[in-house]
Amino acid sequence: MEAVPARSAQTASPARRRRELVTGAVLLVLLALLPLPIHDTYTRNLIIITILFAGLAQAWNILGGYCGQISLGHSLYFGVGAYVSALLLTRAGVPPVFGMLAGGAVAGAAALLVGWPCFRLSGHYYAIATVVVGEIFYLLFLNWDFIGGATGVNIPYKRALGESWLWMQFRTDKLPFHMIVLGFAALAWLVAWLIEGSRWGYVWRAVKDDPIAARSLAVRVFPSKMAAAAISGFLTGMGGAIYAQYVGYIDPDSVMSGQLSILIPLPAVLGGVGTLWGPVIGAAVLIPLSEVSRSYLGGSGRGVDLMIYGGLIVLVALLRPQGLASLLAWRRRDARAA
Amino acid sequence: MPALLEVDRVSKSFGGVAANVEISFDVRQGEILGLIGPNGAGKTSLFNSISGAVVPDSGEIRFDGQRISGLPPEECALRGIARTFQVVRSFDSMTVLDNVMVGAFARHGRARAAMKLALETLAFTGLASRADTPAVSLSPAEKRRLEVARALATEPRLLLLDEMLTGLTPTEAQAGVALIRAVRDRGITVMMVEHVMEVLLPLIDRAVVLNLGRVLTTGAPGDVVRDPEVIRAYLGDRYAAA
Repeated sequence: MEAVPARSAQTASPARRRRELVTGAVLLVLLALLPLPIHDTYTRNLIIITILFAGLAQAWNILGGYCGQISLGHSLYFGVGAYVSALLLTRAGVPPVFGMLAGGAVAGAAALLVGWPCFRLSGHYYAIATVVVGEIFYLLFLNWDFIGGATGVNIPYKRALGESWLWMQFRTDKLPFHMIVLGFAALAWLVAWLIEGSRWGYVWRAVKDDPIAARSLAVRVFPSKMAAAAISGFLTGMGGAIYAQYVGYIDPDSVMSGQLSILIPLPAVLGGVGTLWGPVIGAAVLIPLSEVSRSYLGGSGRGVDLMIYGGLIVLVALLRPQGLASLLAWRRRDARAA
Repeated sequence: MPALLEVDRVSKSFGGVAANVEISFDVRQGEILGLIGPNGAGKTSLFNSISGAVVPDSGEIRFDGQRISGLPPEECALRGIARTFQVVRSFDSMTVLDNVMVGAFARHGRARAAMKLALETLAFTGLASRADTPAVSLSPAEKRRLEVARALATEPRLLLLDEMLTGLTPTEAQAGVALIRAVRDRGITVMMVEHVMEVLLPLIDRAVVLNLGRVLTTGAPGDVVRDPEVIRAYLGDRYAAA
C-alpha cells in the first residue's frame, strides 16, 4: 500500500473514481454473461463460490481493510445470517429474500455487540478477541438444540412453490444463483466504492494508520469502528443467507467454523487489503486454485490445498506485500510514464 | 487582548511523578505564545492536557470561557484546538492530500468541499506540489509541515505546535518560522513548545517558562531570558549571576 498513492492526482480523483465505476460495471456485465457458454455444473458451481467469496472478502475488507480492524471472527456473522434466514424460512415461512435482509441485520447487530467490548482493545488484541468470540458462538450453535444443534437445518425444496426468485429455490438450474451471488458481490463492491470516496473512507483509513492523530483531527474513533463493523457484518450475514439457500443445508461446521473466519479474509489479504479490487482479484485467483487443488490433491486429506493457500500467501507477502491489486496500479503508472 | 485559553491551577501526575503542578497562565487571542523550559519541565504534558489527550488531576482549562479539561481530544478539536505532535504522526498509507482531507472533514461532510479546503491549506503551507505524494515518502521537514497543514484544515482558533522546529536545518527552521507568522496573520492564535531559542525568541510575543512542572516566570521573551531564575533553571547556579 505504501508505494502506491491512494489517489493518483487531485484533479484526476473524480475521474479515477468514475473510471473505477465504469470498470466495475463492465466487469459486472461480463460476469453476468460468463456462465452462458458454460454448461457443466461443476464449473458453474466454482464460479458461484468464487463470486460469493469475492463479495464476502469485500465485506470483510470494509472493516479489516479500510478501517484496519482485523476480524478473525467473521464466521459468526456469516453463520448468523445463514441461520436467521434459514430458520425464518423453515419455522415461520418467511421468504428468503426477506430472510436475507433480516439475516444481514442480525449479523450487523452481532458485529456491533462484538465491537462494543472488543473495539476497546487495540491492535492484535482485537483480532484475538474476535477469534475467541467466533469459537464461542460456534460451540453455542453446536449445542443449541432449538436451532438444530450439530444436526443443522435442512432447507427443503418446496415443490408447490416451484422455481421462485422470492423463495430463492431453483431446482435444476444454477444460473439464478449465479445472478444472486453476482448481485451480492456487486453490492459489496459498490458499498466499498461509495465508502472510498466519502468522509468515512478517509476517516477510517486515518483510524487505521494512527488513531491518536485521528482523534486530534476531530475523528470519533470508536463510532467509526462500529459503523465499519455494522456494514461489514450486515454484508457478511447477507452472504451467509444466500449460501444457506444455495446449498440447502447448514450446520455449525459449514457456516460457523473457525476455518471460515480465515477463508473470508484470505482473498482480501492476497489481493490487497484496503483496496477496491483486492478482494475481487484475490477471490478470482484463490478460490479456483483451491478448488482445483482440492479436486486433484484432495484425496490425500484436507491438507494439501491449504498448503497451496499458505504457499501462495507467503509468496505474495514476500514479493508483493501490498497484494495482487497493486500490480494493476503499477502497470498503470508505467503506462503514464511511457 | 482577551484570553482565548485559560490554564487555571492545572496539576497532573503520572504515577509518583508530578508533571504539572498548579500551572496557571492565559493565552491571549491572536498572540504567539512560547512554552519553554528544560527537558522534563512538563511542556508536553501540559499540551496533552490542553488538547484533551490526558485529563488533568485538578484545576481547570477554559477555552473561549468554556471548560474543556476532561473533554476527549476529538471534542477539543471540534471546538477549535488543533495540535501537532512532537514525534510526527502522519497517516502513512495515504497521500499528502488525503492526510489533510482528514482534517478538513472536521468541518465539511462532503468530499468535494473537504478536498477544496485541503488543497487551499496545502497551497498555504507550501505543500501543493506534494499533494499526490504518499505521506510516508516525505522528508522530516515536510512531515512537520504536513502536520501543520492537517491541523490547519480543521480550521482551528488555537494551534498547538509541539517542537515543530526541532531537528530542522536552519533554512528549514526559517521557513517554519515564516509559516507560523503566516498562520498568526490569519488570526489563529499559536502556542508553541520549542527548544531552539535563537529561532523562537524573535518569533514569540510572550513566553511562559516551566521548570520541574511549575511556572517559573511569564513575560516578554527578552526579559524572560535575562531572568536569573530562568538562567539558573537552564544552566545551573554558577551562571545565575552572569
